[in-house]
Amino acid sequence: MKYVDEYRDGALAERVAAAIAAEVDPGRIYSIMEFCGGHTHAICRHGIEDMLPATVRLVHGPGCPVCVLPIGRLDMAIELARRPEVTLCTYGDMMRVPGRDRGSLMKAKAEGADIRMVYGSGDALRVARENPGREVVFFAIGFETTTPTTAVALVQAKALGLRNFSVFANHVLTPSAIQAILDSPEVTTTGSVRVDGFIGPGHVSTIIGSAPYDRFARDYRRPIVVSGFEPLDIMQSVLMLVRQLNEGRHGVENQFSRAVSHGGNAKAQALVDQVFELRDSFEWRGLGTIPDSALQIREGFADWDAERRWQLRYVPVADNKACSCAEILRGVKKPADCTIFGTVCTPENPMGSCMVSPEGSCAAYHLYGRWRDMEKRA
Amino acid sequence: MTKIGPTDRSAFPRKLDLRHGRVDLSHGGGGKAMAQLVEEMFGAAFDNPLLAQRNDQAVFDAPVGRLAVTTDSYVISPLFFPGGDIGSLAVHGTVNDLAMAGAVPLYLTAGFIIEEGFPLGDLGRIVASMAAAAREAGVSIITGDTKVVERGKGDGVFINTTGIGVTRPGVAPSGDRARPGDAVLVSGFVGDHGVAIMSTRENLSFETAIASDSAALHGLVAAMVEAVPDIHTLRDPTRGGVATTLNEIARQSGVGMVLDERAIPIREEVAAACELLGLDPLHVANEGKLIAICAAGDAVRLLDAMRGHPLGADAAVIGEVIDDDHRFVQLRTAFGGKRIVDWLAGEQLPRIC
Repeated sequence: MKYVDEYRDGALAERVAAAIAAEVDPGRIYSIMEFCGGHTHAICRHGIEDMLPATVRLVHGPGCPVCVLPIGRLDMAIELARRPEVTLCTYGDMMRVPGRDRGSLMKAKAEGADIRMVYGSGDALRVARENPGREVVFFAIGFETTTPTTAVALVQAKALGLRNFSVFANHVLTPSAIQAILDSPEVTTTGSVRVDGFIGPGHVSTIIGSAPYDRFARDYRRPIVVSGFEPLDIMQSVLMLVRQLNEGRHGVENQFSRAVSHGGNAKAQALVDQVFELRDSFEWRGLGTIPDSALQIREGFADWDAERRWQLRYVPVADNKACSCAEILRGVKKPADCTIFGTVCTPENPMGSCMVSPEGSCAAYHLYGRWRDMEKRA
Repeated sequence: MTKIGPTDRSAFPRKLDLRHGRVDLSHGGGGKAMAQLVEEMFGAAFDNPLLAQRNDQAVFDAPVGRLAVTTDSYVISPLFFPGGDIGSLAVHGTVNDLAMAGAVPLYLTAGFIIEEGFPLGDLGRIVASMAAAAREAGVSIITGDTKVVERGKGDGVFINTTGIGVTRPGVAPSGDRARPGDAVLVSGFVGDHGVAIMSTRENLSFETAIASDSAALHGLVAAMVEAVPDIHTLRDPTRGGVATTLNEIARQSGVGMVLDERAIPIREEVAAACELLGLDPLHVANEGKLIAICAAGDAVRLLDAMRGHPLGADAAVIGEVIDDDHRFVQLRTAFGGKRIVDWLAGEQLPRIC
């Protein structure tokens, strides 16, 4: 696979690993948070932690859209799906996330709700066109990467006058989450989470560019390297962060220059701005309620807004007490620190959202890395 | 219940209309329409002396030795796919389940559940493909059953086949016989069937030249057991893929495994499709591949035997069995790290076989 295999070259990886090992200060801990769940997945899938010195520690961040969506918002989708006139189109990952009283979209489907798994907003739009007698709702989740595709669907629906289509919007913003982590008491006061630098999200940055991170580097004095998702990308980003930390620098660097520019994709940003506006506040699983951290559909597209169409109301629901997803999303705990990890909570029978999506830390650890924790416990 | 019998032209002056005709409820009603369908379509295609007995059961002399019996239902969507169809699959899948015991497949039964309105022409294509697959595999379809369900209560056609085979003396592969030190082999490229099916699904269609690997593996197994009679384990990695099959074996045998990612044969197109869809090729279904586990000292001989057969030309040793109380299947990644290869969680794709 051209353009993929080059970034998985084992011989090159050894050279980068050797460079990291040679350049780290042996008396120093390098605690690096990869914000994005896609990076967490790649780190576990390719066994990257095996290739780093023990003093380089990767802290897994909250950048998994399935994981950060609170139970209350999922319950709104389940409630919608149960309406007899509604066909709910959702990304497959959302199907198994447990909602209130252990309900889920999967269970609602088994009970008769019309729920279709789709790969994107375009598929949902097609379902709406093919089923004019159904109210087709697209359950839109995701960070800035997927927001433009939802915006396109809304613009198209409006242009087509497609009245049986609407969007349940749950798009959230990366910079708000990074800020929430940097301002959290675990980072600022108690020190239970140490973040010396960030591996910045790559796909998100193809849209928003690397510019939004400038203020974090400047104001919080943390280096950020925007990284691609192949294992060599991540290794190289770790090396770039180690060098910045060694040199006492805290800048924004772009390892993923083959896809990311400083300003990002202006056309996509304009499209998003045309359709969406800031939501006053949005509850994130793990990070709490954060002002200006999510998007809602503008008045001009109100007719295609599922929240308005069905007057959906958000009711907060507390996480399962035994589940540590909240702490795991903030980097306070690792998956194996959760008492129900791998016992009560498994990919087959998830208790929390982090065990569902392949980008969730618990799922990635369970799928790819749990023998490490077994070895530690033994 | 009317059973399959030889074609009786005099009883049915007008032939089945394969061009425009459709299955209706009378074709499952036990009356004359059903008798005609059974005789003209199934009886003609599957014709053999046991089927020609025209009784509600086939009666035959028991072969000497230990018998192997297996049953499988086929609900694949779409019914026709690159590299095969539900008919050939219903023969290959069941023959392979017998072959994985090292058995020689002898007989199949065939049960059809057909949806009202299903085109008779499509049914004819499926039956012809099934007959051809059985002929090629050297097995006879000796009894069968036909049911028709109302429109909307099925999805075209579902097929159940039961297979009967006879085991070979001294050959006893089993999922609980993998031992630390054993070699793990695969008979060729993995993931072809699943990717071929996915490429045809309406909501995730993409262009690929990949065809299903659907094939009957008992010939390959015959060559293998001739070279190495004491193969410890044989299993075909269908739903859940190589990863799930190896985890099943690890659990049954109470062992772990370490695989080498670089040694696992995966076509570039399959790897690319999996990359795009976010799938692990090791979780993708196969219908014409097998996993074999044997003593390390037998591995070269077994590999040579596999590569000497057309269905094993791309066979490879992909790992070894280790002692591990956790029964983990681990993978040395091509990148240089290590990870677990886990069971498939949930359902990757419904109705893959």
